[in-house]
Amino acid sequence: MASVELKNVCKSFGTVEVLRDVNLALEGGEFVVFVGPSGCGKSTLLRLIAGLEDISDGDLMIDGQRMNDVLPAKRGISMVFQSYALYPHMTVFENMAFGLEQAKLSSDEIKARIAQAADMLQISDYMERKPRQLSGGQRQRVAIGRAITRQPRVFLFDEPLSNLDAALRVDTRLEIAALHKRLADTTMIYVTHDQVEAMTLADRIVVLNAGNVEQVGTPLELYARPASQFVAGFIGSPRMNFIVGEVAAGHGAATFGIRPEHVDLSRDKGLWKGTVRLTEALGSDTFAHVDTETAGMVNVRLAGAEPIGEGEMVFLTPQPDAIHLFDASGRPVHGARAA
Amino acid sequence: MSAAPDISPATARASARTSRLSRERIRSAWLFLAPMLIVLAGVALYPLYRTIWFSFTDASLDLLGEARFIGWRNYLEYVDYGNGDGEWFGLLADSRWWRSVWNTVWFAIVSVSLETLFGLVIALVLHKKFPGRVWVQAAVLIPWAIPTIVSARMWAWMLHDQFGIVNDMLQRIGLIDAPVAWTASPETAMIAVIMVDVWKTTPFMALLILAGLQMVPRDMYEAARLDGVPPFRLFRRVTLPLIMPALLVAIVFRALDALRVFDIVYVMTPNTDATRTMSVYARENLFDFDRFAYGSAASTLLFFIIALITIGFIYATRMNLEGDER
Repeated sequence: MASVELKNVCKSFGTVEVLRDVNLALEGGEFVVFVGPSGCGKSTLLRLIAGLEDISDGDLMIDGQRMNDVLPAKRGISMVFQSYALYPHMTVFENMAFGLEQAKLSSDEIKARIAQAADMLQISDYMERKPRQLSGGQRQRVAIGRAITRQPRVFLFDEPLSNLDAALRVDTRLEIAALHKRLADTTMIYVTHDQVEAMTLADRIVVLNAGNVEQVGTPLELYARPASQFVAGFIGSPRMNFIVGEVAAGHGAATFGIRPEHVDLSRDKGLWKGTVRLTEALGSDTFAHVDTETAGMVNVRLAGAEPIGEGEMVFLTPQPDAIHLFDASGRPVHGARAA
Repeated sequence: MSAAPDISPATARASARTSRLSRERIRSAWLFLAPMLIVLAGVALYPLYRTIWFSFTDASLDLLGEARFIGWRNYLEYVDYGNGDGEWFGLLADSRWWRSVWNTVWFAIVSVSLETLFGLVIALVLHKKFPGRVWVQAAVLIPWAIPTIVSARMWAWMLHDQFGIVNDMLQRIGLIDAPVAWTASPETAMIAVIMVDVWKTTPFMALLILAGLQMVPRDMYEAARLDGVPPFRLFRRVTLPLIMPALLVAIVFRALDALRVFDIVYVMTPNTDATRTMSVYARENLFDFDRFAYGSAASTLLFFIIALITIGFIYATRMNLEGDER
C-alpha cells in the first residue's frame, strides 16, 4: 500500500509554467484518474511522478519518502505508455524479461513472474511473437504485463486506451478495472482526456485545467457537485447546458447550468417554450436540441427512442434540485439552488 | 453438370470495370515512369552496354569506330610460342590488376569500417541535446561539403614530406625524428589515402546514422529508464538493433562509393602500386596506355565485382530493401 503525495509541485519548461502548486494526497491502493483537456499538464504530472521529468519545485513523496532525486528505476513504479513502448526487435517474453534481468533477479524468478503476468492477461500463447505480429489490444496487454512483472508499488498509465478502436477500448477498460481489483494493494494513477474512462475507472478523479488542480473527488461527487464551471462542463456526457442572460440573472448568477438529463420535456406546459431543431436518436436515449425563447439552445435527454419531430413545439422545465449556478469567474454560487 | 460458377451479369460487369480500371492505372504508371526509364537507359544502360561491348573488341582510343570483336582475349588468352612453351595474357592473368582489386577491397573495408565507427560515435553525440549543438552539426559537415579534389589536394600539401604541416607538427611534439613521405612511400601511401577518406566521409556517415537515431521513438528510452537499464546495455540491446537497418543502408552506400574510389587516389598518390585501385587501373589503360578495350574489360569487371559484393552484403545481412515493417 503505497501512498503518493505531492506538495506544492511546480513544473516549468524554460519560461513556460506547465504545473502550478499542485497538492495531492493519494492513498495506498487507490485508483486515481488525472483528467483534463489536452495541454492541461496531466501527462506532465504523471511523468514527474515517474521521474521522467525533473520537478522544478515542491516535493514528491511515495510512502512518506521524498522521491524528487530518486532515479525512475528506484521509485517502485511501473508505467504503461500510450504507444506501448514495446521493443520491436524483442519477443513478448524478452520484452517482459528485459527490465527484470536488470533488477538482478534469478532466471527462475523471472520466468515465474512472467508466467504469472501472462496468465493473468491471457497472453501466454504468444510469448515468442514479436510486437508487430500482435494486434493493438494484444500489444497493450503485453505492455501492461511488462509493467505488472516489476511488481510496482505505484502503477502509472499514460492514456493507455487512446490507440485502440472504440469496441476494444471498452473491453480493455473493463480489464483494467478487473486488474485493479486483483492488485488491490497497488496504487494506480491513470491519465486520460476521456471523461467516460475517468468516471468508470476511478476511485477518485483529479480534474486538471491549465496546470491547476480544479477539483479532486469521487466520480459522483464531481458529477453532482462540480467545484467550478470548468468541471461541470468537463464531467458528464453530453456536456451540461450553460445558459447566460436573464435566466441566470433571475437566480442571482452569471451562468445557469443544467445537465441534459435533468430537463423535463413536455408538449403542453413548462417553463421554457421552444422549437426542436435537431434530434439524435441513439436507441437507448434520444437527444433533442431545443431552441428556446428565454434560454437559447438547450440539449435535452429523453429516455428510449422518443418519437419527437424536428420543428415540433415543446416546453422545457429544469429539475429544480439539479440546477448549478456559477458566478462570472466560474465559481459555484451557493445557497441559490432552488428555482 | 452445372458446376460452372454462377456469374450474374452484374458481377461480370463489375469485374470488367475493375480490370479496365486497373489497366488504366497500369497504363498511366508506365506513362509516368517512361521519361525516367528513357533517361536512365540513355545515361546508364547504354554506356554500360558500350563498355561491355568494347571489352570484347580490339578498340583503341583513336580507332573506336573500327573496333573488331575478338572474344575473351582481353580477359584471358593463352599464347602458344610454338616451342611447347606458352603464356597466359589478359586481365585475369595480370598481377597488377589483381593488386588493384585487392587495394580497392582493402581500402573499402578499412575506410568504411572506420567511417562507420566514427560516424556512430559522432551521431550519438549529436543526438544528445547540448548548447551549441547546431553549430557543432554544421562544423562536422564541413569536410563533406568540400569537393574531394580540393580536400585531396589540401591533404597532399599538408602531408608533403618537406613542407607539410603534418610532419612539422609530429616532429615538434617528438613523435617522429625525420620527415615521413606520407604519400610517396609505399608503406604509408594507403594509410594516408584511407585517413583522408575517413576525414572526408565520416560526416556523411554520421548524418545517415543520426537520421536513424532520430527514428527511434523516445518512449523506448523512457521505458528503459524506468527499468534502470545502464547506458551501454541500452545501446547494445535497444539502440543498436533499432538503428541497424539505417546503419546497413549507410554502409552499403559508403561501400559502393569506396569500391569505385578514384579521385582521392588519383590526386594524392598518382601511379603507385601501393594505392592503385580498380578505377585508377581502368582509367590508366583507357586513356594513358591507349589500351581502350583492355580498360573497358577492367571497367566491366569492376562493375561486376562491385555488384557481387553489394548483393552478397545485402544477402548476408538480410537487409530489408522493401521498406515494410521489420
